[in-house]
Amino acid sequence: MIRFLLKGILRDRSRSLFPSLVVIGGVMLTVVLYSWMMGFENDIVRANASFRSGHLIVMSHAYSENCDQMPNDLAYLGVADLLSKLRAEFDDITWSPRVRFAGLIDVPDSSGETVAQGPIFGLGADLLSTGTIEPEVLNLSQAIVAGRLPSSQGETLITEEMARRLHIGLGQTVTIITTGMYGSLTTFNLTVSGTIRFGVAAMDRGLVFADINDIRNALDMTDAAGEIVGFFNDGRYWPAEANRIAEAFNSSPETQPSRFAPVMMTLMQHSGLEATLKMYRYVSGALVSIFVAAMSIVLWNAGLLGSIRRYGEFGIRLAIGETQGHLYRFLIAESALIGLIGTVVGTILGLLSSWYLQKVGVDISSVMKNASIVMSDVLRAQITRTSYFIGFIPGLAATLLGAMISGLGIYRRQTSQLTKEFEA
Amino acid sequence: MRRIVFLSILIAVATLVSADDPITGDEVLRKVDENFGADSKISESEMKIMGERVTRTVKLKSWTEGTTRSFTEYLAPAREKGTKMLKLDDQLWIYTPQTDRIIRISGHMLRQSVMGSDLSYEDLMDDAKYTEMYDAEIRREDTLDNRACWVLSLQAKDENVAYHSREIWVDQERFIPLKENRFAKGGKLLKYTEIKSVSRIDGRWYPERMLFRDALKGGQGTEFVISKVSFDMEIPGHVFSKASLRK
Repeated sequence: MIRFLLKGILRDRSRSLFPSLVVIGGVMLTVVLYSWMMGFENDIVRANASFRSGHLIVMSHAYSENCDQMPNDLAYLGVADLLSKLRAEFDDITWSPRVRFAGLIDVPDSSGETVAQGPIFGLGADLLSTGTIEPEVLNLSQAIVAGRLPSSQGETLITEEMARRLHIGLGQTVTIITTGMYGSLTTFNLTVSGTIRFGVAAMDRGLVFADINDIRNALDMTDAAGEIVGFFNDGRYWPAEANRIAEAFNSSPETQPSRFAPVMMTLMQHSGLEATLKMYRYVSGALVSIFVAAMSIVLWNAGLLGSIRRYGEFGIRLAIGETQGHLYRFLIAESALIGLIGTVVGTILGLLSSWYLQKVGVDISSVMKNASIVMSDVLRAQITRTSYFIGFIPGLAATLLGAMISGLGIYRRQTSQLTKEFEA
Repeated sequence: MRRIVFLSILIAVATLVSADDPITGDEVLRKVDENFGADSKISESEMKIMGERVTRTVKLKSWTEGTTRSFTEYLAPAREKGTKMLKLDDQLWIYTPQTDRIIRISGHMLRQSVMGSDLSYEDLMDDAKYTEMYDAEIRREDTLDNRACWVLSLQAKDENVAYHSREIWVDQERFIPLKENRFAKGGKLLKYTEIKSVSRIDGRWYPERMLFRDALKGGQGTEFVISKVSFDMEIPGHVFSKASLRK
């Protein structure tokens, strides 16, 4: 029967071409839309994990309450002991201390007089110790535009945009003006070893990276850190495991007594992504549903048109003894086949388009100039396992639904009027 | 002769009338300025910064000329030693030996804390006389540490001041502001100061131990103790130059 249906579909293109094109287009758009949304979601999660929260983050209670303000006066003291404990207790996670700070970069001329100043956000991370994962996590090698990563104390990476704006050259010494752990105005010198670009407008405006030991010395933060970030060793975020670890850590007695005691938060809790992603998933689910419904209406319409066009065919088939039920099932089977062909072709085209968007992406930097969220200004899709079968839902469901509704016309077909119709 | 008698009577009446006149807020403020004012001043002091987690002591020496020129060198702790600050009119520069740079402090940096204390650079710049910056009004009388005080309400004459209004308790005998609340334009309390002890130096009452507290900051405040002060000393002009910051 399938071969018979297939022959009919291929030989009588007027009955299959329009529905197939609708299914192909619809499925392709569904696959691209889904992959695009996954890419967007993944991009936000990855950027927030790398630059903000890690997969898990430990701070003092007091610091965590105002962590957006980078209150280093409330930083956790006794980092070495805490790190040893974390590494012993949660060995499937790599832990690294970080210090964030905000301030000014001051560019001197040859006589030491200020020629330019600009605001910065600084991150002190472990860039130099043996086996550190921080340069990789922060994607620094890929972000280098000129120069190299810091290889010794006193070196820094600044963003390409800032270097261009303030006319800072490689090898030049700049002064950072910020606030120390005990609240005093602090100044220290760093030598620019390289410039970087992340493609994230909020970061590319004024980010400065330096080794955490330089920042600790400058900010008077001996054995202190604003944050200790943890990453699962396989590089992937495991929400349930992260929740379990955070709960286990936070329920231990030594994390309770004071506001300077440590508290652990998961990526979702700390970055506020949990609610955002939940909402995002609801919205994307609703979008796909609306899309399927709209496509079903289009296919229903296509089915109705087909039924009208095939009015005579159905009449003859009923007249030569085919039952209405058989005809109805035949129509549904035919639609399922069209749906399947359209879905397969649409999925292939959708995957190819998504692959292109995954590799090349769409540059939205012009609209991200003043954005302050940590999000890449090149939007990319991401092909996941679901991308391979997500198109089957609208592709088959919409075709079948359309055929089932329009096919009901078969039951209203009167064979008694057939001769009159032929005479006419 | 009659003219002399008439003038004498007039002067006598005027004196009597003025003696009965209650003192005004502006007059109190003028007397406070007179008490504090000096052509030059050299002082050594200590700031005990009682933070939320640690207490640190910073030692400094200052040279001041009038209300427009001052130079400060930090003597301790080791981390801050050698840091110097120069104020000329409304400009402030800081030198740190770690960077070997002279950097001008301006804009929002002036609101930063000095060495983590409850004083900001803006507070340090705030050397102008009270009468130049504020209009005063006596609100009431009060007693503070068994000292009779006037409570003055000060309103800024100019928008361009660190504190839009102040409330000060001025000792009625020694003309020292024993307590002070400093407010933002919206009425929010920003800073609180209290003079804990006063001594008589070179014929004037001068604060010896003060407590500064930033209302927006944690901790117990900053105790400022002036261990040595001398007035109207000759200060060489080169002290108030950028070159002296690097010396």
